[in-house]
Amino acid sequence: MIIDRRNFVRVAGLGALGAAAAPASTLLAEPAASRAKTASAKPLTAKRWAMVVDTRKATEENVRAAIDACHREHNVPDLHGTKDEIKWIWAESFEHAFHEQDLHYIPSAMKQAPTLLLCNHCDDPPCTQVCPTGATFKRERDGIVMMDWHRCIGCRYCIVACPYGSRSFNFRDPRAHIAEIDPEYPTRMRGVVEKCTFCEERLARGREPACVEATKASGMMVFGDLEDPDSEVSRAVRAHFCIRRKPGLGTQPEVYYIVPEVKTRDRPQFPPFEP
Amino acid sequence: MIEHALHGDRRYWSWIVILLAIIGAGTVAWFRQFQLGLTVTGLSRDVSWGFYIAQFTFLVGVAASAVMVVLPYYLHDYKQFGRLTVLGEFLAIAACVMCAAFIFVDMGMPIRLMNMFIYASPHSIMFWDTVVLLGYLLLNIVISRVTFSAEKKGVPPPSWIKPVIIISIPWAISIHTVTAFLYSGLAARPFWLSAIIAPRFLASAFSSGPALLILLVLLLRKVGMFDAGRRAIRGLATIVMYALAINVFFILMELFTAIYSGEPEHLAHFRFLYFGLDGNTTMVPWMWISSLLAVVSLVLLFNPNTRNNYRWLAWASAFVFVSIWIDKGLGMVVTGFTPSVLGEVVPYSPTVNELVISLGIYGIGALLITVLYKVALSIRALMAE
Amino acid sequence: MRDLPKIIIGLAIFVIIVAIPLWYNLAGGGAGAMPELVVETEDVPGRDECVLPAGRMRPEHMDLLNRWRDEYVRYGDRDFTDHRGRTFEKSLTKTCLDCHANKDTFCDRCHNYMAVDPYCWDCHVVPEELAGRGGRR
Repeated sequence: MIIDRRNFVRVAGLGALGAAAAPASTLLAEPAASRAKTASAKPLTAKRWAMVVDTRKATEENVRAAIDACHREHNVPDLHGTKDEIKWIWAESFEHAFHEQDLHYIPSAMKQAPTLLLCNHCDDPPCTQVCPTGATFKRERDGIVMMDWHRCIGCRYCIVACPYGSRSFNFRDPRAHIAEIDPEYPTRMRGVVEKCTFCEERLARGREPACVEATKASGMMVFGDLEDPDSEVSRAVRAHFCIRRKPGLGTQPEVYYIVPEVKTRDRPQFPPFEP
Repeated sequence: MIEHALHGDRRYWSWIVILLAIIGAGTVAWFRQFQLGLTVTGLSRDVSWGFYIAQFTFLVGVAASAVMVVLPYYLHDYKQFGRLTVLGEFLAIAACVMCAAFIFVDMGMPIRLMNMFIYASPHSIMFWDTVVLLGYLLLNIVISRVTFSAEKKGVPPPSWIKPVIIISIPWAISIHTVTAFLYSGLAARPFWLSAIIAPRFLASAFSSGPALLILLVLLLRKVGMFDAGRRAIRGLATIVMYALAINVFFILMELFTAIYSGEPEHLAHFRFLYFGLDGNTTMVPWMWISSLLAVVSLVLLFNPNTRNNYRWLAWASAFVFVSIWIDKGLGMVVTGFTPSVLGEVVPYSPTVNELVISLGIYGIGALLITVLYKVALSIRALMAE
Repeated sequence: MRDLPKIIIGLAIFVIIVAIPLWYNLAGGGAGAMPELVVETEDVPGRDECVLPAGRMRPEHMDLLNRWRDEYVRYGDRDFTDHRGRTFEKSLTKTCLDCHANKDTFCDRCHNYMAVDPYCWDCHVVPEELAGRGGRR
């Protein structure tokens, strides 16, 4: 199974590298029949799903593509600019996203760089701890922090407990604010909390998350199993200087950000440190 | 017993009609919220709890404060509070009902209320808060009913009720401690992430609750229904005085840690409260009024001349109540969200709809207190004849 | 306690009034008109019967759907094998509606008759209803 999945990722990645990225990924992504009786493709599985966002590749265009793909596919209402706004994935300036770092002296271009924020699918999520009904819970098998919208009572304690602002509440009926409802995915109703689910419904059908797929050509987002040392994400977190949001809180976020770094060859070589 | 609430003079019935009108308006406003969703409130993605939860927090304190008349009477045999305990318990009942109502109106999906019990989740502090609050409500209903029935019959209360009363004492402490844990266990919110929240809640509860009781007792005395007695009122005043002093001390502890350490995330919240943040000064006048009222009432309470004068005592009690209502009912909750987890100041103020619903719930509480006190005091008046 | 007979008489009158629909049906002999449900299943081999026999589906479909939803959402258990060995995805919109495409003359007609208002459709989307519901605007 793991081999299959790895092959899938490799093929998809190769396809994305070439100029023919779009047709290749469409071919892989679309199940044979959209209303298939059972999942047509083999599900993607992992011990611990994680994501790496490469801030160096976060152009306006890529960021927009990721947000649009997610929000269109998940019937996220457009309430932008209102207090009732709903966001699964959104962009903040780098300075803002990592405000606790107090980044005074980094280049201003980097301060302003758009940074994609989404649910961190923490290893130790405070939101699931405080939920009084188990409507949000941690999937032990793959680490996804799930939402059960059938069960949510709308107390919003999870929003209060989340240190990342990743959760939104349906203050009003969302349907009136969805430009085009995708019948493949439910909408939500007023009164429940929602957020990113790492596209668990796509993973079950053998497809990568919508944001990853939409930005495949740029390689801005990498998704995979962090417990598998050969996965693309594992290699990415080893090869780059990655940071996470508010690591001091002990939540262990599973979204990593690659920040621009000094090239190894430019770095002075130090002798091994011996205390 | 309840028939005593159906006989009253014109003044009594006007008051009841006013309360029913307020409750009616609140109900209409709630139906509007139920239809349209919480969009009719000032709450947002960033300030996701506001006026409702703040009132809930404040009223848990009022409920817990009944212990301040129960404990001296039952543990220290302080006889002066003998005729006050049932009034304290009735106040606790009304406060618990208001707490439950404020939670209910804050829910996004009130029709799924029972999920709280069907999918009870002991890892959530909210589960424990529900358990202790409902338990406390039940304890007070049982205790007040049993002890008052005995009083009515002129017999000592049954012996089995004594242990129940003793249990209710730590239970009262637990309701406000667990309510504080709702806040102080969240790493995401530096303002609340403080071990002193629970002690502070208790100190503010034990000053504001008995202050309200003093006001009620003085009011009953004025309308000629009941005189608690000079020594009982003095006892209450002493409790308010020390609890308030301890509360002010705890607030200063918080301020010391935030200001001296200068830890920016913690400090930002206190800056928002007392000086404003990023140009937002919504809370500033309120918090300074609260501080001023606390200081003035401390002076009035510690001075025996003013403390023992009913007129001054009434003013001091009102100041304490308002000061702590501002602190908990306005400042405590919203400031936890300001600045937000992304370091932004997102303004919040309750909408008219939100305020009318809240007023309706206070109306329910006032109606409960009125009816319960009327019944108890009418029976006492009959017995005295 | 001297008012006890009056209380009992009052209660009895209340119960009789509340139960009027029962008396009405008893007097009229038999139940009222039943809704006529339509199943527009295409003639596909192996699709002649629901995932449970109809006699069980009628009283149990809501429990089955609740079980499906928990298994699907909470445990990722997405396939259901029925008494005849056929496998279906546990999906209201994909599996149920595939046969019962005519929600209005099947689901709704009976739910309206029974005066129940399940909130499935507040979130789950019936593709056929999209045109009239603010989709594709």
